[in-house]
Amino acid sequence: MQKAISKYWPIFVLPTLVAFIIGFIWPFIWGVYLSFQRFTTVSKTTFVGIQNYISVFQDSTFLHAFGFTAVFTVVSTVLINVCAFAIALVLTRGIKGTNIFRTVFFMPNLIGGILLGYIWQILLNGVLANLQRPLLALDAKAGFVGLVILMCWQQIGYMMIIYVAGLQSVPGDLIEAAKIDGANDREILFKIKIPMVMPSVTICTFLTLTNSFKLFDQNVALTAGEPANASEMLALNIYNTFYGRSGAQWKGIGQAKAVVFFLIVVVISLIQLHFTRSKEVQQ
Amino acid sequence: MKKMITRRNFLKAAGVSAAALGLAACGGSSSSTASSAASSTAASSTAAKADGKVYYLNFKPEQDQDWQDLAAEYTKETGVPVTVVTAASGQYETTLMSEMEKSEAPTLFQVNGPVGLANWKDYCYDLSGSQLYGELTSDSFALKDGDAVTSIAYVIETYGIIYNKELLTAAGYKQEDIKGFADLKKVADDIQARKAELGVDGAFTSAGMDGSSDWRFKTHLANLPIYYEYKADGISSTDAIKGTYLDNYKQIWDLYITDSTCDPKLLASKTGNDAVAEFVGKKAVFYQNGTWAYNDVKDLGDDNLGMLPIYIGVDGEENQGLCTGSENFWCVNNTSSEADIQATLDFLYWCVTSETGTSAMADKMGFVIPFKKAKDSTNPLITIANQYVADGKTSVDWCFSTMPSEEWKNGVGSALTAYAAGTGKWDDVVTAFVDGWAKEYKLANG
Repeated sequence: MQKAISKYWPIFVLPTLVAFIIGFIWPFIWGVYLSFQRFTTVSKTTFVGIQNYISVFQDSTFLHAFGFTAVFTVVSTVLINVCAFAIALVLTRGIKGTNIFRTVFFMPNLIGGILLGYIWQILLNGVLANLQRPLLALDAKAGFVGLVILMCWQQIGYMMIIYVAGLQSVPGDLIEAAKIDGANDREILFKIKIPMVMPSVTICTFLTLTNSFKLFDQNVALTAGEPANASEMLALNIYNTFYGRSGAQWKGIGQAKAVVFFLIVVVISLIQLHFTRSKEVQQ
Repeated sequence: MKKMITRRNFLKAAGVSAAALGLAACGGSSSSTASSAASSTAASSTAAKADGKVYYLNFKPEQDQDWQDLAAEYTKETGVPVTVVTAASGQYETTLMSEMEKSEAPTLFQVNGPVGLANWKDYCYDLSGSQLYGELTSDSFALKDGDAVTSIAYVIETYGIIYNKELLTAAGYKQEDIKGFADLKKVADDIQARKAELGVDGAFTSAGMDGSSDWRFKTHLANLPIYYEYKADGISSTDAIKGTYLDNYKQIWDLYITDSTCDPKLLASKTGNDAVAEFVGKKAVFYQNGTWAYNDVKDLGDDNLGMLPIYIGVDGEENQGLCTGSENFWCVNNTSSEADIQATLDFLYWCVTSETGTSAMADKMGFVIPFKKAKDSTNPLITIANQYVADGKTSVDWCFSTMPSEEWKNGVGSALTAYAAGTGKWDDVVTAFVDGWAKEYKLANG
């Protein structure tokens, strides 16, 4: 078996590799190339040097969107992971109906982001109207809170499943041994369970961090950046730059924003991976 | 000997690829989902005599089927294959951008006016010598870049305040009573005060500021103060608007949101369908929209529909007519082959001159076309609009095609919504209107 894999690995790798090159590598190279151009369609371009990048940092909406996105990412990453882990702890205790609960919590994740955004827009606007408060499209704070609620609702179930799997793989004998040594529930949680599920934490924080940073569908559907771009996140800002402005120069600027955005996401996720990886223990 | 991919490296790779996915997704490759691609390429291409073919990327989803039928008709008559693809609503620019990359790019596409043309003028074939241009009734329906005729309008539309005659009569008024803003306000205030007695929820339908409806106010209503300013200054576009008539804009907006079917706080989430439902359900008397909305409101009965000019309280407005213009301009792609360009020009000429073409555009699509052989449309709202012109009223031009960018419209829209809800001040609308114009103009042309 081992021998067969080492011999035939190119056959197994090739389809994915080709798809990866067509779907990611090639568009990425084009994307970087276009960020130095002025263009309307990608077949007719003019080289403009780093002018697009200069414009990116002169654009106050981009910087605002960056700040908004950063705050949103921190808040939602923390909330989602804490809630998901807490629910996972409860649902690994063998209480009645565990499977039903897991299914129910997981279900929101099966609905697409745009759809969720519109559903929550109706719900939250209904609540705000009853409270005599300004609607989502008028209040950036409400928009922010709405986005956080929406993201939590959608992502907690998914992260919970990963944590459940992690918690189930903690060996029972370890916990038993700890109990015999006189450890209480709190100590078992912090000294044994959490260090043992660090690999799950790595994956979950990575997923929530990048998902929050790249959030687009939910942002479009829930607030569309209203009021006056105040709840606009980076991905939506790039989209609006590309399609919302007239004049050929904006396509290149949008592309340059996308490259900057890419670099930010890579740097942040690599730092996070390094940080949580270092806390992992080998079994 | 085996090489294991460690989880650490795997995650790193995943990180990079996930981020790249975000980048690729933002690069705008959503073309395949954007178009409701219903192509009717000639099945009988073997019978084709000419080598040219036509590919029309249509902007108006309402008329998709009519264009498909007309294209099939043309193919049957001449053997020239005509493909019509319609972009999904609100996706035209996106679809056009990706379609233009293809080797089989559209030979015929649309722009929405001078600002839209700025993006595409390098792709426009000069139509000045074409037969199509010769058929045009007035030069004002053509867009020019220098001496070159880049685009030609093919449909003229009109908007104003559509009203329900039955309800207006029940309230004790008729169209002749409304000759200016003061009259409109008096009538609307009276209807609003007696709404329980009349069985309506308000004088005006909700001025929804959801994306499906906000263009009626941030674009179409905002056209009026711009039109009067251009008229007073004798210009047809500007790099900095002064906002001379913004107080009038405030008057009409205040009227719309006060004498309305709903609390102004709720406008942010009201949609276009809400307004249609209120109007067709006889819960409101006035509804600002245009001739294209006929299919939505025809359930009220043709005799029951009337249209009023949008009065904003400017001197001499008793002679003001409806707002008439176009935001649908045909452009022929200059990167297409000679044969395709010729085929496209022949197709367009046939559309606006032949019996089949002109009847299809008038009867089925309900268009008023600015060409010499045009047929009268059967759309009753257009009949009303023509009556205004016949009565000697001055039509209001569509100046909104000179608005500097989508961003400008969005800024004004946000400010209007906030003002209506009470979270913003009118000064914010003025800032978005005046300062926003200068800023966006500079960004677009700077």
